[in-house]
Amino acid sequence: MSNRLRFVAAAVAVTLAAGAGVIGYATFLGVPEVQATGGPGTAFTLTDDRGEPITENALSGHPSLVYFGYTHCPDVCPTTLYDMAGWFKTLGPQADGLKAYFFTVDPERDTPEIMHSYTGNFTDRITGITGDPTEMQKAIKGWRIYAKKVPSPDGGYTMDHTASVLLVDAGGKLRGTIAYQENNDVALQKIRNLLQQD
Amino acid sequence: MLKQISALAAFGLAFLSSSLASADDVKIGNLTISAPYVRAMVPGAPVGGGYMTITNTGDIDDRLVAASSPRAATVQIHEMKMDKDVMIMRELAGGLPIPAGQTVEFKPGGYHLMFMKVAEPFLQGQTVKATLKFEKAGSVDVDFPVGSIAANRETSHVK
Repeated sequence: MSNRLRFVAAAVAVTLAAGAGVIGYATFLGVPEVQATGGPGTAFTLTDDRGEPITENALSGHPSLVYFGYTHCPDVCPTTLYDMAGWFKTLGPQADGLKAYFFTVDPERDTPEIMHSYTGNFTDRITGITGDPTEMQKAIKGWRIYAKKVPSPDGGYTMDHTASVLLVDAGGKLRGTIAYQENNDVALQKIRNLLQQD
Repeated sequence: MLKQISALAAFGLAFLSSSLASADDVKIGNLTISAPYVRAMVPGAPVGGGYMTITNTGDIDDRLVAASSPRAATVQIHEMKMDKDVMIMRELAGGLPIPAGQTVEFKPGGYHLMFMKVAEPFLQGQTVKATLKFEKAGSVDVDFPVGSIAANRETSHVK
């Protein structure tokens, strides 16, 4: 290979890598602060934790807290649902119009029954959502959630996933997020702001 | 000379930590396991997280290579971390080093023992028995009291 050819090949490789990097980064970033591509525009037909069909329409007409996690999750997910239950408790009647949805990124293992007993332990205000993995992918992609199955050495797997709570307005648009371990007062203020928008 | 000083320091540290040891501390060789606990599990959750602090007061590196419990089909050693807003969890297949003279903390949002395929959910107030196996120090039984669902939430909470 001539030096010139080598240079061209290197330049092409760098350009490709940079392009892939940008795309990868954009995908990986998950949820930008205000990104309104998800919501009712992203159609899905899934199953709630009572075994009833649920679609994107469940996310309009009222503000919602939306969280993607899974039950084989010892730390982030129970902590977040525990926090959610706390927010409902603190806000009391203020949050009467607020709904909360816990989508599983692991629909293969998380049946409606499992989702029901799981969410029910924190509060009756959170609806668990599972269903066909292909349909779940639509919701995951629509809300720009990062979710990746990672095989473990024992033959099982864990899920890497976006751990933020999405704040969705009555129009089904993303208004912001609450980060994992966000200061509780800040989280509550974000929810109050969301409730005032509607 | 340097060796003597470090030996003396190690002895001093060992003495100090043993004198500070609470009733819950478990010692094996140069390792002290303190404040072990597991979080209560919600019915429907097949996994539970276990936490503790391991201090190596010796001058030889050790490694937590395995864990087991009669309450779980398997117990794995996991690392959890955040990459921006993404939660990443990995089994540490080679175990976790407990370097000489250092303290390794298992806590929410970091290292944890993952109790998998737990038939009966851990309930607050119970005690879960587990055996930890170290490369050098050997095996030791540890009682993990069950705390609340979000036990020690506040310690990992950015106020």
